[in-house]
Amino acid sequence: MKTKKNKNKSKEIRIVTWGFVLLFLGLSGYITYYSATHKQELINNSYNGRQQMLIAQNRRGRILSAGGEVLAQTVEDDGGNEKREYPYGNLFSHVVGYATNGRMGVEALANYYLINSNVPLSQKAGLELAGEKYPGDDVYTTLDVNLQQVASTALGVYQGAILVTQPDTGKILAMVSKPDFDPQQISAMWDELIADKDSSILLNRATQGLYPPGSTFKIMTALEYIKENPDSFQNYSYNCSGALTRGQDRIQCYHGTVHGGVNFTTSFAKSCNTSFANMGFTLDRDAFADTLEGLLFNQELPVSFNSSISRVDVSAETADSDMMQISIGQGTTSITPLLLNMITCAIANEGILMKPYVVDRVENSAGSSVKAFSPSSYGKLMEPQEAQILSSLMTDVVEQGTASRLKGLSYTAAGKTGSAEYGTVKGDSHAWFTGFAPAEDPQICVTIIIEGAGAGGDYAVPIAKRIFDAYFQ
Amino acid sequence: MSQLEIYISEFSRYVIALLIVLYTCESFAVFCHAQENRKGGYVRQSFLMFAFHFSCFVTICFETEDINYLFFYAFQQIMLYAFTVLYRMLYPRSNRLVSNNMCMLLSIGFVILTRLDMAKAIKQFIIVAGSLAIALAIPFFVHKFTLLKRMKWIYGLVGVAALGIVMILGQTTYGSKLSYSVAGITFQPSEFVKILFVFYIASSLYEESGFFEVFTTAVVAAVHVISLVISKDLGSALIFFIVYVLMVFVATRNFWYVLAGSVGGCGAAYVAYQVFRHVQVRVQAWRDPWSVIDSDGFQITQSLFAISSGGWFGLGLYKGTPRSIPFVETDFIFSAIAEELGIVAAICLILICISTFLMCMDIASGMRDRFYQLIAFGLGVTYIFQVFLTVGGGTKFIPLTGVTLPLISYGGSSVLTTILMFAIVQGLHIIRQDEEEALKIALKKKRLHNQRMKRQAKEGPRQRSYPAGDEIEDEEE
Repeated sequence: MKTKKNKNKSKEIRIVTWGFVLLFLGLSGYITYYSATHKQELINNSYNGRQQMLIAQNRRGRILSAGGEVLAQTVEDDGGNEKREYPYGNLFSHVVGYATNGRMGVEALANYYLINSNVPLSQKAGLELAGEKYPGDDVYTTLDVNLQQVASTALGVYQGAILVTQPDTGKILAMVSKPDFDPQQISAMWDELIADKDSSILLNRATQGLYPPGSTFKIMTALEYIKENPDSFQNYSYNCSGALTRGQDRIQCYHGTVHGGVNFTTSFAKSCNTSFANMGFTLDRDAFADTLEGLLFNQELPVSFNSSISRVDVSAETADSDMMQISIGQGTTSITPLLLNMITCAIANEGILMKPYVVDRVENSAGSSVKAFSPSSYGKLMEPQEAQILSSLMTDVVEQGTASRLKGLSYTAAGKTGSAEYGTVKGDSHAWFTGFAPAEDPQICVTIIIEGAGAGGDYAVPIAKRIFDAYFQ
Repeated sequence: MSQLEIYISEFSRYVIALLIVLYTCESFAVFCHAQENRKGGYVRQSFLMFAFHFSCFVTICFETEDINYLFFYAFQQIMLYAFTVLYRMLYPRSNRLVSNNMCMLLSIGFVILTRLDMAKAIKQFIIVAGSLAIALAIPFFVHKFTLLKRMKWIYGLVGVAALGIVMILGQTTYGSKLSYSVAGITFQPSEFVKILFVFYIASSLYEESGFFEVFTTAVVAAVHVISLVISKDLGSALIFFIVYVLMVFVATRNFWYVLAGSVGGCGAAYVAYQVFRHVQVRVQAWRDPWSVIDSDGFQITQSLFAISSGGWFGLGLYKGTPRSIPFVETDFIFSAIAEELGIVAAICLILICISTFLMCMDIASGMRDRFYQLIAFGLGVTYIFQVFLTVGGGTKFIPLTGVTLPLISYGGSSVLTTILMFAIVQGLHIIRQDEEEALKIALKKKRLHNQRMKRQAKEGPRQRSYPAGDEIEDEEE
């Protein structure tokens, strides 16, 4: 029948047919992609009734430390009522979080895995017969119980936060925020917490607390100065008279210390405010704004848990008097301990930032793997040479500067201290330290803020030492 | 539940998915074979369809622990089987892919409706039974009743009148005036008017398709579309519009009409968006349903929850909560299928619809009669575009328009119309084969005639010196 072509065989019909086929291929692809990628996000939505279904069917899974210690588990009491237990009490309050009256921490982050059960079929049948719920999947975190304990004890009764991470993987080993609470008691204290509007107990200071960065911001100023003067920054020199005035504004070095003649390295090591303000005047403000943008200021951080946005306001219009304040981390600038830790990690890791994470893997109740999370890189925050220069500057802070309490130990540490003034009363300051060890091959990175304690070198550095000691012993 | 039941309910998900995947493969494999070699595929399809339907209902019985569902299943199976057998007896030359796919889609519809709402499933079953009975007569009617080509004004007037009455009198169902009741039965005329509209356009354009004809049909089409927009039936309005533009395109073979149609359509859509609040609400709920999750975005977000929770093989029948979506059995049945039978089955469902559409287009392009060609094309496009609107709308691919998924969603007017549409396509398919038969006979006659002439010419001088070589060649052709 091919001999004679149908005169009505229509090119138009073919066009329309293919048009629809392509349209549906697009639609099918979209549906497959959407359902595969949005599953977790959608099940965690409080409007999704399916969550209740899973909760009724499965017993909430356990949360464990990297070493396998149980951080949270659901047990049944004699009456058959389920209860969420946190064996370490206050110790992991913010990072592991709670699962009643809303959710927080890993309890919120890994909720999807905790309420799902991948129990093997054979066990399922047995449980069904016994009339028991299926055990939810176990979530293994990257947290180290020992480091967490050391950090928490070291911070003592102070308010503040401590973050301990691995620079080459982004694993969070410890995360402390104080004041803390007992997650088991959250229901009991809920009304009280809600009634007290000033209470910030539930705030995870490590990721959401916004503080003036103080002298730790000199890392950013120094980086920009190196970028703009790649060949001549070593030749920098300045004579510190203890104070500097621009227009109405006046700054002075901490406790009015007069540092005298300083070069680039000693300005950083001794944390000389006037020298950094002087450096700040020379900086190209647009380029500085770009650099800060590149260091993740003024944007959401690439992490899966809640975090606040750190702010800094630099633009071509920034006046010299503001520049003076910004260069030394005072004024309107704010930073989270998390971002400072991430920048420090990038310096320790040749400029590459590994995304911080706390959920390491998910296993079913029989111990076989459901999902494993591997380290992932966010990208380059700075060039390797720049990271190298900053790293040696930070080593000098320990060797000859404000963090000398870390000198002469079995490991070599590097870091930067800060004493960030806040409020209106002169002299009230938060103590900062951010750094890593060993300097030549960094394994852990520690960031500490102690609210209202005083000088970073006096209060934060000793805590860093206890954490490093605990890690390297 | 006993151990056995747990294993059954776990494995049934995979079995059901596998059966529907195999069925889908067969419904595309058909296109790779010549007409004569397709029979095996059709038989395999029938078997897979049966197995799918049966395993779904066995699962339903296990999950509900109620054996009575099997009786309902038996009625469905008998009805579909009787329809297939009768159809093949009455119309040996009907297209089996179209009728198989139709039965498969009806089975899927019965399964999911039974799970969602037994009472509605029974009502649907009765309507389907009636529709199939009517469908038995339709191809004969289409085949013999040649006057169909001459009734263009009747189609147009009846269509406009039916939609007009709805617009003015119709009762309000969930904010849109869509239906009216006669003797206690509620009709949704926009469904039936779809068929009339296709007939109207085809009968107006099959002979002449100059500017005058296109213009007059455009006016009539505009009346249809506008009365639907005023009745707030945006989905149907869109279907009429697209069907009109594409039919004009095929009838005139002029791409400029598509362009003009698209420009006009975009303009009209913009005006509608500015004028009608219900259009704005739909678009807003599509762009960001999460910000209006309590109100206008509720349906679509619930639908997205359902689709995302099923995974590849679904949660299993009765294991999900598809009933949390308002109007799940009409507008969002696709989401219910995706949740409980899985993404694999849902995508297969789409593919089965495409396979049916491809066969309609194949029938259309094979038709020698322009009128029938336009009908086949128009009905095929009506069908597939409606599938696109409902699936795309329920998955947030496009704004929600609230049309049914043909043959699967609950709704008497919808299922009856779709069954009629396919019955008409079957009638066209039979006509096409008549055409081919007639052509074959004509060709044969012509060839015989030519041979005779040739032979006479040859035989004259050479006196039968060549044996039968010629003839053998001819027969091989």
